[in-house]
Amino acid sequence: MYIFMNQKDYLKQQHRKNFITGILFLTPTLVIFSMFILFPVLFSFFLSFHKWNMFSSSQSFIGFANYQRLLTDPEFWQVLKQTIMYTLGTVPLNMVIALFLAMMLNKKIKGKSFLRTAFFTPVIISPVAAALIWRWIYDPNFGLLNYATGLFGIPPVNWLNDSRAAMAALIIMGVWKTLGINMVLFSAGLQGIPDTYYEAAEMDGAGRWSKFWNITLPMLTPTTFFIMIMSMISSFQVFDIVYVLTSGGPMGSTKVMVFYMYEYAFKFFEMGYASAVAYIFFAMLAILTLLQVKYMRTRSGYEGI
Amino acid sequence: MANNNVKLQKLTKSILMHGVIYLLAFITIAPFIWMILTSLKDISDIFVYPPKWFPDKIQWNNYARAFQAAPFGRYYLNSIFVAVTVTLGQLITCSMAAYAFARLKFWGRDVLFYIFLGTMMIPYQVTMIPSFMVLHWLGWIDSYQAMIVPGLASAFGTFLLRQFFLTIPKELEEAAYIDGCSKFRVLWQIILPLSKPALATLAIFTFMGTFNDFIWALIVVNSEHLRTVQLGLAVFRDRYITDWDLLMAGSVMATLPILIVFFFAQKYFIKGITLSGIKG
Repeated sequence: MYIFMNQKDYLKQQHRKNFITGILFLTPTLVIFSMFILFPVLFSFFLSFHKWNMFSSSQSFIGFANYQRLLTDPEFWQVLKQTIMYTLGTVPLNMVIALFLAMMLNKKIKGKSFLRTAFFTPVIISPVAAALIWRWIYDPNFGLLNYATGLFGIPPVNWLNDSRAAMAALIIMGVWKTLGINMVLFSAGLQGIPDTYYEAAEMDGAGRWSKFWNITLPMLTPTTFFIMIMSMISSFQVFDIVYVLTSGGPMGSTKVMVFYMYEYAFKFFEMGYASAVAYIFFAMLAILTLLQVKYMRTRSGYEGI
Repeated sequence: MANNNVKLQKLTKSILMHGVIYLLAFITIAPFIWMILTSLKDISDIFVYPPKWFPDKIQWNNYARAFQAAPFGRYYLNSIFVAVTVTLGQLITCSMAAYAFARLKFWGRDVLFYIFLGTMMIPYQVTMIPSFMVLHWLGWIDSYQAMIVPGLASAFGTFLLRQFFLTIPKELEEAAYIDGCSKFRVLWQIILPLSKPALATLAIFTFMGTFNDFIWALIVVNSEHLRTVQLGLAVFRDRYITDWDLLMAGSVMATLPILIVFFFAQKYFIKGITLSGIKG
């Protein structure tokens, strides 16, 4: 039936039809998004300049007072320090082990799919159950870990009740829980390195280390950088395992940013102050994300993606 | 002689390599084995030093006791109901939105798409507090809606499906349009059947993510009859602090469905990870 129209009219009509259909198709998503993403992002910014208790009607504009309070709260700095400690504890350790595993699985190994599944399983199970298992493993008297370290003559540690050991306990569990993702990502990166590079290096008489330093690592740089940023972001956001494993204790020694925010928002219902924490947190993550975007862009420049 | 030596060296190296990696794999899954074994032990086999791997007598009864101590059946039902609803909902909303972004040229589409992509960078912590307030204003706190509705759309899912739809040749649809098919029918009868791998990836991610979710349920739900497995287990932990037989039985129950889904659908899950690099 369009045959009788000229092309311009046809296209115009198509575009109008597309607009209506397009909006129709997007409506469910747009409604949910406006309610639970767009409005909240703007509203929490607004909230962060207010004293806003959810269940009393004391709501007033207080300017930067929440931010000021936050920056002068010693607990905030303590929590920030602990979050950074957790990140610095998990990310490098995680990446080194994950790369090692990925390289091993790239070799002639029997039972690869079993091994891959084994290393990946901790990633997919619920953090609550995982943290419960580790509470049992960390038990000072009957736990598996103290028994295992005891076999090597290491004295028992009261993992979860000693404020110095608790962070280490959290880090060990954190590495165990997220290792699999990075292993899979490294594997994908390794498969992208052409075999010819290694063959050429072997012809030149390069040894194993030399190949690792001169081919594998440089060729993996984009993957490594991506993994690093993603792992840092997710370590910064750690919450579930902290809640179940240590509840932020003992004496606040494992309290991290999201936990601090959660307490102010949903225990004390100080929505304004908690929103200020959320925005500071957002700013820190945004810097990490921007770093990544910038890096990816400079990379894709010469790869022609 | 020399040849034999090289062979021997290679063999030793291979055995060593296998030894190291299998040891690491054992350490990684040991906590699961420990969980399962503990859940089947009598208390007298639990509080012993040095720890005993295997129970003297298998105590299936621990599971019955865990079910008595807390309504795990109800928790299960809640978790599965919420996870299935959110997954089905996302499959529908995301494929519709993805189709609009991939195929329908209209004014403002690309701007919308970039805003969409941008929201993927917003951490949930920033939207958590006002989202809670929105639910409060709607009177939805402590209800199934509170756990389901905010999850009914996803930028990640929309993006994943859009990328996949773009790889489907347009000619297939054009033939359908000439026959007078509506856009909706084209999406339903041509695009979606061709997109099964992408849909499976999204479904698995969403199901696992929702089933394992803890913080959102913790915030929006109070009543016992609405608790999910994860929330129920966390409350259980506070009540039975050192009853490891019960706690491990509960943990087994909270991990089992996900382990089953994972073993059957591993391929899609790992593909999704390498595609997106996020979510876990």
